[in-house]
Amino acid sequence: MTRTFIAAFFLFCTSVHAMDASDAWPGILEKARDQTVYFNAWAGDENTNGFIAWAAGRVKALYGVNLTHVKIALTSEAVSRVVAEKAAGRHAGGSIDLIWINGENFLSMKEQGLLFGPFTQRLPNYALVDNVGKPSTVIDFTVPVDGMESPWRMAQIVYAYDTARLKDPPRSIAAMLAWARQNPGRITHPRIRNFLGSTFLKQALYELAEDPKVLQTPATDASFARVTAPLWRWYDELKPLMWRKGEQFPETGPAMRQLLADGEIDIMISFNPNEATTAIGKGILPDTVRTFVLAKGTIGNTSFVAIPYNAAHKEGAMVVANFLLSPESQAHAMNPSTMGNFTVLDLNRLAPADRKRFEDLPKGVATLSAAELGRPLLEPHPSWMNGIVAEWEHRYTK
Amino acid sequence: MTPPVSRGSSLLRLFPAITLAVFLAPVAAGLVATALPAFGYLPALGGRTIDLDSWRKLLAIPGLAASVRLTLQTGVLATMLALAVVIGFCSVMHHTRLFRRTQVVLSPLLATPHVAVAIGLAFLIAPSGWASRLVSPWLTGWTRPPDVAVVHDAQGLSFVLGLLLKEIPYLMLMTLSALNQVRAAETLVTARALGYAPAAAWLKTILPQVYSQIRLPIYAVLAFSMSVVDVAVVLAPNQPPPLSVLLFRLFTDRDLSLVFPAAAGACLQLLVVAAAIGLWRAAEIAVSVASRRWLTGGGGKKTGWPLRGAWASIMAALVALSFLGTVSLGMWSFAKTWFFPEALPAAWTLSHWSRHAPDLVWPGVVTLGTGLAATLIGLALAVGCLQNERVNGLGSAARALWLLYTPLLVPQIAFLFGAQMLLVRMNVDGTWIALVWSHLLFVFPYVFLSLADPWRSFDLRYRTSALALTGSPLRAFLRVELPLMLKPALFALAIGFAVSVGQYLPTVFAGGGRFTTLTVEAVTLSSGNDPRVTGIYALVQAALPLAMYLFAIAAPAWRYRHRKGMG
Repeated sequence: MTRTFIAAFFLFCTSVHAMDASDAWPGILEKARDQTVYFNAWAGDENTNGFIAWAAGRVKALYGVNLTHVKIALTSEAVSRVVAEKAAGRHAGGSIDLIWINGENFLSMKEQGLLFGPFTQRLPNYALVDNVGKPSTVIDFTVPVDGMESPWRMAQIVYAYDTARLKDPPRSIAAMLAWARQNPGRITHPRIRNFLGSTFLKQALYELAEDPKVLQTPATDASFARVTAPLWRWYDELKPLMWRKGEQFPETGPAMRQLLADGEIDIMISFNPNEATTAIGKGILPDTVRTFVLAKGTIGNTSFVAIPYNAAHKEGAMVVANFLLSPESQAHAMNPSTMGNFTVLDLNRLAPADRKRFEDLPKGVATLSAAELGRPLLEPHPSWMNGIVAEWEHRYTK
Repeated sequence: MTPPVSRGSSLLRLFPAITLAVFLAPVAAGLVATALPAFGYLPALGGRTIDLDSWRKLLAIPGLAASVRLTLQTGVLATMLALAVVIGFCSVMHHTRLFRRTQVVLSPLLATPHVAVAIGLAFLIAPSGWASRLVSPWLTGWTRPPDVAVVHDAQGLSFVLGLLLKEIPYLMLMTLSALNQVRAAETLVTARALGYAPAAAWLKTILPQVYSQIRLPIYAVLAFSMSVVDVAVVLAPNQPPPLSVLLFRLFTDRDLSLVFPAAAGACLQLLVVAAAIGLWRAAEIAVSVASRRWLTGGGGKKTGWPLRGAWASIMAALVALSFLGTVSLGMWSFAKTWFFPEALPAAWTLSHWSRHAPDLVWPGVVTLGTGLAATLIGLALAVGCLQNERVNGLGSAARALWLLYTPLLVPQIAFLFGAQMLLVRMNVDGTWIALVWSHLLFVFPYVFLSLADPWRSFDLRYRTSALALTGSPLRAFLRVELPLMLKPALFALAIGFAVSVGQYLPTVFAGGGRFTTLTVEAVTLSSGNDPRVTGIYALVQAALPLAMYLFAIAAPAWRYRHRKGMG
């Protein structure tokens, strides 16, 4: 049912946004040549920075586009700049051409009319995207993407643990609580307003909710209280059993990873299935760290790039977005020694030579295979996450 | 004496006006952009009405009162302790040879970025930190770090300690610079001759003169402690956090509508900081009235100062903490792996440095160029304004200069949003000029407040004699007044430069992603929390300001090596 809906939706998008002559790809390529694309992207991961630097070299060689990585610490810094430009009346010639964006910021920018598009249908490589098997490439946090952002890598919740201290990790939400009772103070999550913090609770809700399907529809006051009641019963008991008795939380995901490295905790949540492998390679985590997923599956989502409505170099930005979707780029990104991120493409749609690029990839030491990860669960509607954050703050902030 | 009227003095009158012209527009834009959304108005995000909804939303945030309380408590405590240590140390050590070396010892501490000092301290004292590693497991039996909140403690004590590590060197530097303007040696000889013990002599005769000169820097320390974000994130409790962190989270939340309560919170922060400074001022008056009898009562003649060792030890301990924290970060930058409970990294490598070295060169050049430009302009404006005040007295423009402190009092992100709108309107965002201008907004207040008190307490008889001898205000200024003020001026330069080097958000906003400085590299890469990368950038970020501090110390000594009492 969902698949049919998504496929229909996809066709709908295609027909509405049919290209006209001036939008044709060769014309875009021509305009893009010699443009400088300012790509605002979180720069806290050296591997991702390295990948962007590699992509810059490739788009220069292939299309004559200059790609500049504008390093930022928070996506909201870039969003703020677009808002300031809009407030100051600069509706063209903006300073940002491309933003690495995820569902939450995407929804805000889309609602505030800060994005250019739809544009994904103009990208030749977009036809290769697996929007049926990987529905989060077209439904971002249950919000239709509507062609306003272009996918570039897959993410899925995994839990990393240190086998030197923990032999058999808990593979269900209930087992996690039982384990914490035996091992108090050895698990935590980032603070609740960090997306990984709310994700920790969202993932638990998936398993604890009586009927997880309801999470795909907006929460109402009545349904929220009823559906999340088991979550709070579970969390009320877990919280005092967490690191620092659940009184303090690490600021971000990377800060939590350092706690695992320092032996302060034994289990951490991650949205990057390859994070442990990358961190082991860099010596940040001990080589005894491995990852696991929950028996009933984990939430998956997609990372996107979007173009601000006032971008100065939209053509160049589209060329970069298209390159990020090319089999060459996707296979390079999936190599565990570069980033190890799973591809957004449907391998069945690729030419045999391109498919081979993926089949030949080495496997990361602490990375699960696609089969082991299982089919990702869809993100709940954002209203659930907003509700969880508000309720958490209401319940636990003194 | 009536100052001679000359073309020079009328030109000087222009300085406050020029300074206001340079700053008034961005400061006003910054304040307006903070205030309007606080009352619901920001059309770009759909706010078109004026109402109190932002405030209602702000007040409904759970833990707001606790955040304000924490901010007041840690800010006032840090400032009081910093001042106490500086006064205590000076009173007992002022006549020692070590005292004269203090500024050399302190300059590396001043040069190291705040957040690097905080991260270094956190790594030293955390349950899994270096101190714990050195004694585990052989002494403590810990194979896993204990689950104790040493860092992020609920009372914010580790946060206060982290602030002290930076604020004590700063106040100490300001005090040393102020001592230059006080005839300390002569006064102390007199006091000692009257039979006062060294400490009592210093406290009774020098402190009252020095305090009035470091008053503005003390207020700056108070305001900084109550508005700093990055240090607080590393060390302060986060559930609930200090007000500054709470607001930063709101401003950067995925939900753009939180900008409205965040802007109301920014106004609240301004009020809280202003109230704290007001209270501090009231306490100053109370203390000065209450101590009048003690100051003139003639006590303190017989007894020595019993706590001499204590004050020196406190200072030494703080220096050691800061130093060891930085050393530990330096070690991380060469560590291949370093897991608990290893006392030292298990394996060393140069690869982090060689990997990052190419990325340091161009940002280093931009950092240096921007810092020098902003600081030199700031210094020229500050000197011009202060000299005008000396020659022409306080005009209305000069009286309005306090407005320029506001960038230090309002949360930077709110303020910059408005400044950014102005830059976009003027179509200069993303240019180097805009970058320097935005740095100036934060550099100038520090340069001005570092220089203002020493400048104002300048002995005017020097000027009178110089005017008589040279016959020209300009020559008197260049040959007598400026050389006498060289030390505070160079310290102000060094402080301003360090402030410029540390600017992250202004660079990101005004630079529009076109300019990368060392701090932009450091902050963005550090969001990945790799201590090795943090270590590299902490050292690199410290290097340029350190060179500037050492220059500020060495230059006057070298330039005036042949003149008595000016080194």
